[in-house]
Amino acid sequence: MRFSDILIPAIIAFILLCGAVKRVNITEEFAAGAGENLKTAVAILPSLILLMTSVGMFIASGAADCIADIISPLISFLGFPKECVSLALIRPVSGSGALAALENIFSYVSPDSYPGRVASVLMSSTETTFYTITVYSGALKKKPDSRIFIAAAAADLTGFVLSSLTVRLFFG
Amino acid sequence: MLGILIVILTMLSIVFGIKNGTLGEVSAASIDSCTKAVELTVYLAGSMALWGGLMRVAEKSGITAVIERLIMPVAKRIFKGLDRNPKAAKAVCMNITANLLGLGNASTPLGIEAAKALSNPSSDRNSKRNIAMLVVLNTTSIQLIPATVGAMRMSHGAASPFDITLPVLIVSILSAAAGCITVYALYITGAKKNEI
Repeated sequence: MRFSDILIPAIIAFILLCGAVKRVNITEEFAAGAGENLKTAVAILPSLILLMTSVGMFIASGAADCIADIISPLISFLGFPKECVSLALIRPVSGSGALAALENIFSYVSPDSYPGRVASVLMSSTETTFYTITVYSGALKKKPDSRIFIAAAAADLTGFVLSSLTVRLFFG
Repeated sequence: MLGILIVILTMLSIVFGIKNGTLGEVSAASIDSCTKAVELTVYLAGSMALWGGLMRVAEKSGITAVIERLIMPVAKRIFKGLDRNPKAAKAVCMNITANLLGLGNASTPLGIEAAKALSNPSSDRNSKRNIAMLVVLNTTSIQLIPATVGAMRMSHGAASPFDITLPVLIVSILSAAAGCITVYALYITGAKKNEI
């Protein structure tokens, strides 16, 4: 049994149990909260369609690997493994694309190798930045402030650089 | 900015589609992806509704108040004026907790709820800055246990799949800090411009 397998069922059971103890009208309150979020889900769909279409085209074209080939000599002096460059390019735009890229990396290097570990840390410590921004601005029905992109890009770049530095520090 | 990014991605996919001879795949992906967006939303809608309902029950039973007390000392240092906006405070604290536990499906709707609460009242001049902070915290995914990647490492025969846990935590905290500092710097100058 893994910790992550028990976590979600335990949280659900705990919340419902607390609700029952405090005599909350569970079905009614649950339906009210669920209904509100269903509306939000519908609200984010229109902006998601455009983002996912362009991301889907980008991944299908194989552009990430070509760009990775071009820029990996430029950043190799940082010790960033070339296997991870296309993962880093896909990570901010597509969660499922990044999972596929990580799976691909593990298929030819060991997860315990230097590039395998950098890829693992990079994948876990960053998020699908542009998807997140799209979802939030779609839900708020507002154009995202362009400063958000600069700050998020600063965080992502820090994550990319530090993932290789930290792995070297920890695993030599 | 998002519009520009989408144009760049589309142009790049055509250029590399021609270069790599993958234009057929690009064409298919353009039609497939819009359907996938609807599928993703349907998938998301289920988990968003589940967690929305559960959070409402948690709120009524006083669980969120306890979590808020634990997270608030940190959260109010990152978000300006959070202690004057109780609805936002609750949503922000729950969003941070869901991120820490690695509950991706729960943290997205909670984050949206937090963003909505932070942008309300619209008179709040900290709201743009606070939403930027919220986005940075959510895109650096500070989590206690990297469950998804750990499981993938295990299936590929890693000797100790979760030995990346501490490096992951360090990298995400430091990149969140870098993002927060950037937000801090960008929104100081913004405020001055508006005032003059």
